[in-house]
This record gives sequence, C-alpha cells and structure tokens, in this order.
Amino acid sequence: MKKTFARKYLGIPYAIFLVLFVIAPLLVLFYYAFTNATGHFTVENLIGFFTDSNTIGTLLYSLALALVVTLVCLLIAYPIAYVLARSKFNSKSVVIMLFVMPMWINFTLRLTALKEILTAIEGNLAFHPFINTVIGMTYDFLPFMILPLYNTISKLDGSLLEAARDLGAGEIQVFLKVTLPLSMPGIVSGTAMVFLPAMTNYVVPDMLYNSTYIMGSLIGSYFSAYDWHNGSMIALVLLLIIVLFTLLTGSEEEEKRGGALL
Amino acid sequence: MSDRYIIELNSITKTYEDNGFTAVEDFNLKVKQGEFVTFLGPSGCGKTTTLRMIAGFELPSSGQILLDGQDIAQFPPNKRPINTVFQRYALFPHMNIYDNIAFGLKLKKMKPELIKKKVSHVLEMVDLEGFEKRKVSTLSGGQQQRIAIARALVNEPKILLLDEPLGALDLKMRKEMQLELKNMHAKLGITFIYVTHDQEEALTMSDKIVVMNNGRTQQIGTPEDIYNEPKNAFVADFIGQSNIFKGIMTGHLKARFAGGEFECMDDVPEGTLVDVVVRPEDVIITKPEDGIITGKVTSVIFKGIHYEIAVESGKYEMVIQSIKSAKVGDTIGMSLEPEGIHIMIAEDHTTRFEAEIGDDLNLVYSDRTIPCDVTKVFPGSRIKDGELFDASGEKIDTSEIKVLVSIQPGDIQLSDDVEAGLTSGKIINLIYKGDHYSYVVRTIHGHDLIVDDEYLWNMDDTVGLVMPEDKMTFSIKK
Repeated sequence: MKKTFARKYLGIPYAIFLVLFVIAPLLVLFYYAFTNATGHFTVENLIGFFTDSNTIGTLLYSLALALVVTLVCLLIAYPIAYVLARSKFNSKSVVIMLFVMPMWINFTLRLTALKEILTAIEGNLAFHPFINTVIGMTYDFLPFMILPLYNTISKLDGSLLEAARDLGAGEIQVFLKVTLPLSMPGIVSGTAMVFLPAMTNYVVPDMLYNSTYIMGSLIGSYFSAYDWHNGSMIALVLLLIIVLFTLLTGSEEEEKRGGALL
Repeated sequence: MSDRYIIELNSITKTYEDNGFTAVEDFNLKVKQGEFVTFLGPSGCGKTTTLRMIAGFELPSSGQILLDGQDIAQFPPNKRPINTVFQRYALFPHMNIYDNIAFGLKLKKMKPELIKKKVSHVLEMVDLEGFEKRKVSTLSGGQQQRIAIARALVNEPKILLLDEPLGALDLKMRKEMQLELKNMHAKLGITFIYVTHDQEEALTMSDKIVVMNNGRTQQIGTPEDIYNEPKNAFVADFIGQSNIFKGIMTGHLKARFAGGEFECMDDVPEGTLVDVVVRPEDVIITKPEDGIITGKVTSVIFKGIHYEIAVESGKYEMVIQSIKSAKVGDTIGMSLEPEGIHIMIAEDHTTRFEAEIGDDLNLVYSDRTIPCDVTKVFPGSRIKDGELFDASGEKIDTSEIKVLVSIQPGDIQLSDDVEAGLTSGKIINLIYKGDHYSYVVRTIHGHDLIVDDEYLWNMDDTVGLVMPEDKMTFSIKK
C-alpha cells in the first residue's frame, strides 16, 4: 500500500457519482431546454412556458394544491406535535412511531387503500379531484411535517414559557407570543418538507383519478410525447422555483438558528 | 422594612403525586415587607420547589400562601403580583431587549409612551442604557442577567423571586452582582426572596436565612444567628467550617467533648447528650501545659489572612484557623472561650424498623432473615418442637405479631458488599464529627438512617447496612 494514501481519495466515488448523476443530467436538461427539434439554440421554449396559458394554469394549479396541502398538514401536525412534545407521556416515542410507521408501508399500497376508502365514501372519485388529491398528499406527507415540529417544540426551553406566565401571560398569550414564534424553525422546515414534494408529486393525483395536470404530470406528458425540449424547459423552471423557495426558507432558518432536524 | 408581613407560608407541603416524593414538608415562614430572605441548602433540599410554589409554577399539596392576607396558594403564576428572575435568565430569544422588558407591561395594556419611559428607566437602573434595540444573543451572561432582573422589576412586583440568579456567572461577576442586587434591594424596598446553595452569598446578602435540608426547614434566623448559634449539626456543618463533636453535659455550664471538659454558655441539664460545634477561628492555641486539651499538628496550610491548622488530639481531629502558625509535628495546647462553644441537644438517631416473625421463628425484614433468637423478644419464653411458648407455658401465635427493632447509629456497620447486611442504601449526607463521620443513608426502601462510622465513605456510595443482632433491642409492637 502506498504511504501517501490521502483521505481525499475517499471522495472520488462521490465525485464521480455527482458528475454522472447530478451535473451531467443538469447539463443535458439545459441543452434540451434551450434547443429546438433541429438542435439549434432557442429561447422559444422559455417564452412558450410563460405564454402558454395551459402551462401557466398548471403551474398555478400546482402551487394552489401544494399550498393547501401544506396548510392542511400544518394545521393537523402542529397540535399533534405540540401535545406530544409538551406532555409528560412516557411512551411518546411509540405515538410518534405510529405516525411515522405508514412511511414503512409501500406507497402504492397505501394509496390504493386510500382510494378504496374514498370511493366507498364519495361513490365516484371523479367528483372531488382536488379534495381527494389534497387528502392523498396530506396522508402521504404528514409525518414530514410532524417530525420537525415535534423536534422544535420539544426543545423549547420550558423556563421561557414559565417566564411568560410569570410576567402575566395567560395560556393563550403564552402560546401566541412565545411558543408559536419560537416554533417557526420547525414550521419552516416542515413546510419545505411538504410544499416541495407536493408541487411535483404526480403519482398521487394520477392514482386518485385527478385528471388535471400538475407540474409533474405535465413534464411527464411532454416526455412521453418525445418533446424533450419543452419538457426540459418546464423542469428547469420548476427547478428554479424550488431553488428560490429553498433559499428563502433556508436563510430564514439560519437566522432563527432553528434546531429543526430532518 | 416595616413590621407588616407581606407573605406568610403556613405548613406548606409538596408531595409529587406520580412518585410520592415529598419535596417540601411542613414549611412555615413569615416575611416582612422589604425583607431580603434567602433559602439556603444543598441541591435537592426543596428550596427551589418552595420558591416555585410562591411563584405559582407548582401548587402545594397542602398549606396556605398568604400574600397580604389573601391565600394565593392555588393561583396561576400570571395572577400573582410576583415576578421571578430565573437561573438561566430565560430571556425571549425572538425579541429584542426592549420587547423582553416590555413584555409584562404590554400584557397589562399600558400606554406605549409610559412603557417606553419605564423600560428606559429600568435599563438605567441596571446600567444598560441604550440597549433597547440589542438582540439577546449579543449580550454577555452578566448583561443578560441584568436584563432578566430589569424585566422582572419593571412590573413593580410585590415580591421579587430570584432562583440562584448568579449561579451561571464567574466569581468576580458574581461578587459584583451580589453587591448590586443588595443595593437595588435597599433602594427599591421590594421584598426579595433569594435561593442559593452558596452559604457565603446567603450570609452576605440576607436579612433572614432559611436553612433547608431534605425538604425540611432546619433553622430560620439572621445570618449572625445562623452562623453563631446553629440549631443542629447540619446547619453548623453547612454554614461555614466547623468542628462538630459528640459530647455530654457534665455539670452546670460544663460539657465534656473532644477529650476535655469545657465551660460553656448554654444551660443544658447535666447528663444530656449533646452535639458541640466549635468554629475553627474560636480555637485558641496555647502552650501544651496551658491547654485544656493537647494535640499534635498534622498539617498547616497558609490561607492568606490566616493559617488553617489541623490537629490530632487522641482520636479527635480539630481544625483551627489562626493568625499564628505552627509546625507540623509540634504538640500544642488548645483552649476555648465559653462563647466559642455552641451546644446543641443531640437528636435521637436510633434506627427503628418493624420486622415479622417468620415460620422458622426467625425475624424477617423485607425478605431477609435476622438470625436471632426470638426468645429474646418475649422474656421468659422458650422454643419447643418449633413452637414458641411463653413463661406460663401458653403457645404464642407469632403470625400476627410485629416486632419493633431498635439499633443505635454507632452500632450499624457500613459494608462494600450490598448483600452483606440486612438492607442496603445510598449515602446522601455526611458530616464529620471530630472522631467519626455521621452518615445519612437512604435505604432501598426509602428510609433515611443515621449511621456513625469512623471510616470515610463518599456521597452517593451504595453500601450494605450490617446490623449485628447482639446490638439490637426488641419490643413487641401492639
């Protein structure tokens, strides 16, 4: 063995992986997004994205869907996380496990089960495509909202809450003025964990017979029609939106010095 | 300070429901308007729990807390005109200094201009003018503590509670803040209730000290009282350095301890067993022939303003603080002025526990057998064919009888082997008493036993408690 074996060589496999599976595909994406069928440079795809009412409509629909899903997740997850984190309940970890456990069951299986339940309730899934999709995504993403919230709230310094009460705040005021602002890091990272997948996931609407395209299914439809160029452009725009969102929430999180994990 | 009692705690007891642990037992205290009262004791003595009950974070299991005559024992913290300075400051990290201090005032819906005035006034008082816009994280520990004090004081509480507020500061900062707090107290006239485990801090700052141990009040008094006239061995040991001896009163104002007979000031009946406290600075070094007792110097340590001299006198050890030095190995005489001797009537430390009579006519205590002759328990009785008969030949039914076993602290032996004795436990307290150590051992059954042993064990050591049966005395519990 060579004496000069340096630790940095351990990084080589990862560098290769990065180049092959992250950087190269991105470059290919860029290439297709800015070329036309004949292989010449063009910005038509970009202009097309913002002028095609169909694409813009899909983008807005996706945004609305993701927003509603995130909000519903937050409204359900916060009370659960709060109660779990503040209670002296001994087997908390078991309860948390119960919320997380669905993630261990196959995704398709879960959705199929959900579909059957919704069909039994609604009769025909086609009547409420938006609500069904929201239910499906909430079911799927809820653990990702609960965990960061639970982490943040359980790390809240109890003496801060006592201090607030000591200074004259009632239970509700303590919550609004101290607990809620201090759980912002958890809310932010939970939102990021739910909002981004909700924007792009197209399996849920697909399986729940939501025929309205969302961003993911739109890209899929272009690709299956062999239109690599427009499909790539949509993917690129979506990527930029996500990067922008991550930067925004990331900087906020850093400022709050949030301890939210995951 | 006026003569009016601002707060009265009447037989306050706190027992936790989930584990049955009693943190505070029968606590009684009256505090005058404007007094500086300190709760002093080792960690786990119940001082913080008592403070938290005054603040309202914990509710007493029984007893009254009268604030200006009104019982507030069951009020939530936000309904009490009392504010707390927390040990780790507990400043809100998501607010700036101004919002932190204004928190309580805003809740009271005070006018913004007035809040502004009050905040800048209180900031001036803690010497942090112009800090309104600063973030909490940019402040040092000492500054954060000042803000925490300001945040509590701005509400003009009737009582300010301080839970070891200086514990997290370095020594120099702590000394400074002690003085500042004392000045603030004098200037504002607000009643302060202060919690600390630092006896020096308590002696420096307080008008009145409450010494606590194991959830019970040991002594309440002025710093001078507590230091000069400790009520029991625990207080003497906890406050300042002391030599503690077991002794006996040998005559009117005469006590024998540490191998000598001394005149004292405390009028205790002859023959009474006593604990004697001698402060190291009260021991007078004399020529060997002039001393009441003599001893050999075993160590001398220079402490700046005095020497700390350890002397071995027979089986006793005496620590002396003196401006005169001595040489290791020298024989010196020691005498005491009557004022330097503090006599405390010794507490009865007999251990008593109940045992049952087992099938094989042995005594049984929590599934361990005491190999003793049951006939000792019943005078004149005898055993025949595995049955017990009393003096008149009647058979005794042993199944219902409980036997009370008593043993003196000095007769219990401590052992490394937890299986060795009748039971085992953990050492939770130790006091050196001149020629032996007095331990408090909390047994696995939750009883606290006093054990005297000449060997040094450490706090939290788990020990077996060996009780020789020939040292036990028995009586039948009716």
